[in-house]
Amino acid sequence: MRPFTYEVPSSIQEATSRGGADAAFIAGGTTIVDLMKLEVMNPSRLVDVNPLPMLGIQMREDGLRIGALEKMSDVAEHPEVVANYPVISEALLQSASAQIRNMASIGGNLLQRTRCGYFRDVFTPCNKREPGTGCSAIDGENRMHAILGTSSSCIATHPSDLAVALVALDASIYIQNGAEERVMNLDDFYLVPGETPDHENQLRPGELITAVRVPRLLWARRSTYLKIRDRESYEFALTSAALALDLNGDTIRDVRIAVGGVGTKPWNLPEVRQALAGKPLKPETFAAAAKLAVNGANPLRHNGFKVDLVQRTIVRALMNLGGLA
Amino acid sequence: MEQATDSGPDCEGGSSRRQFIRSLAAISAGLTVAAPLGRAAIPEESIPQTAPPNSGSGLGLVRINLKVNGNTRRLFIDPRVTLLDALRDRLELTGTKKGCDRGTCGACTVHLDGRRVLSCLTLAVMAKEREVTTIEGLAKGDELHPVQAAFIECDGFQCGYCTPGQIMSAVACINEGHSGSEREIREFMSGNLCRCGAYPNIVDAIKIAAAKMKGEVS
Repeated sequence: MRPFTYEVPSSIQEATSRGGADAAFIAGGTTIVDLMKLEVMNPSRLVDVNPLPMLGIQMREDGLRIGALEKMSDVAEHPEVVANYPVISEALLQSASAQIRNMASIGGNLLQRTRCGYFRDVFTPCNKREPGTGCSAIDGENRMHAILGTSSSCIATHPSDLAVALVALDASIYIQNGAEERVMNLDDFYLVPGETPDHENQLRPGELITAVRVPRLLWARRSTYLKIRDRESYEFALTSAALALDLNGDTIRDVRIAVGGVGTKPWNLPEVRQALAGKPLKPETFAAAAKLAVNGANPLRHNGFKVDLVQRTIVRALMNLGGLA
Repeated sequence: MEQATDSGPDCEGGSSRRQFIRSLAAISAGLTVAAPLGRAAIPEESIPQTAPPNSGSGLGLVRINLKVNGNTRRLFIDPRVTLLDALRDRLELTGTKKGCDRGTCGACTVHLDGRRVLSCLTLAVMAKEREVTTIEGLAKGDELHPVQAAFIECDGFQCGYCTPGQIMSAVACINEGHSGSEREIREFMSGNLCRCGAYPNIVDAIKIAAAKMKGEVS
C-alpha cells in the first residue's frame, strides 16, 4: 500500500472540499482498502466520511430514503425495507458475507469497483485501471464478464446486487458538492464503458453520495431478487434478476425489472417491462419477454452461457413471484 | 502492557515456538532495510512530544487509542496499518489470524462495537475509540465462552487456523438471531472459509452453543 494522509472532515461541505482527483473517500473500506493493498487505487489522501451526518432509513410520503452511511446489514433487516421493498433486502442479503455487510455502506456499495481479475492485477493491461493499455479480458478469461453494454475497450461486469434492485425500482441518489446538492436517477448515473471505461459514473471529483431515494411503489411489496452463482452463498452473480410484479388476477398489470451479472452497469430492462405489461401470467409470456433482455448481447469465448442463463433467471423470477413455481 | 494470552490448542508449546519465531524475526529484521508495515507501529514510550494530532495530518504517524478486550492501548501508527496487523504485530494478540488479507476468508474476524467485521479491511486508525473484541477476550477467566466450548465438544476444526475467525463469527451469528436452522447458520457463516472442511461440525457446534446461550440447555 502506498503512503497516504488520513483526514477526518467535520462536515459534508468540508469533506467535498477535501475531495479531489488525488483523494478518496472511505466509509466501510471494503473496496478501497482492498484495492489500495493491491495498488489498483492509490489515493494520496484518504478522507474518512464516517463521522458525517449521512444516516437514517425513513419511509416518507415520496418513498424510502436511505442515508449513504447506513450499513448493508442494517438496511437489509430494516422492517420498512423488508415489508415495502423485499427486492432490496434480498439483494443485500445475497451480497458478500455477514462481516462485509456489517462494514460496507450503501453509498460505497453503489461505487464498488468491478471484480474483473485483470482490473485487480496491476501487472496486466486494463483500460479501466490504466486508460489506453488495452483490455486483457476480451481475449482472456472472460467467463464472469459482461455480455451487455460492452465495448472494444472494456467488458467488466458491474458487481453490485443492490444497484440492480435500485435501478429496477427507479431509485435516485443525492449528490453533494460543496453547498450544492443534486439528485440524479441511478440508471443515468452509471455509464457504459465506451472508449472511456475509467469513467464509470457521473460523480465528479470531490462529490459525495449522501443518500438514496426509492420512489413509493405500493406493489413493490411483491418483489424479489434472484441470484444465480457458482456457490450458494458469498459469491458474485453469474446472472441475477430484480423484479417487482403488479398483478390483477391472472393478468400482469405492470413490472419493474433489471438484471445483474451480465452488464457493464446494472441493466435496466424497459423493453421486457413493456412486453409483459397487460399480458396473461403464463410461462410462455415470460419466455417471449425474457428474449428481449439479450437484444444486442455480445457474448465472448467463455461467457456465452449467460445469454441463456439470464433469460432463464428472468423466467424463474417471474414464476416464483407469480406463484407458478 | 499486559501479556497476550493464547487460547485453546495453541497453548501447548506455543510460547517457546513463538519465542523461536521472534528471535528469527529479530535476526532477519537486522538484515532488511525497512521494517514491514505492521511493524511500522512503534511503542508509545518512544513517541516524540512533537507527534502530529489525533486527526492524523501529514504522512506521519497517527496517535490512537485502541480499546481491545476492555483494555485501552495507546498506539502510534502509520495510517496504512490494518486493525489485523495492529492486533497481531503491535499488541501481540496473535489469536486473530491472517488468512487471505483481502477480505475473502474471514480468518481475521473480530467484533467492533459488538458487530463482526473483517480486521484485514479495517484501518486501525478507523477503529480508534471503538470497542474491539478478539478471540482472546471471549472467555471469562478460565471459563470458555459457550461457543468455544462447543467447538471443542463438536470437534469443529482440524488445523485450527480458521477457528478464531469462525468462533468470533459464530458468536455474532447467534447474537444476531441467525442460528434458527442449519440452513440459516450455513448462510450466515458463509464468510468464514475452512479449507479442512470442518463445516458439518462447525454447524453442530453453533447449534449446541446457540441452545446453551438461550438457556434451553443447562
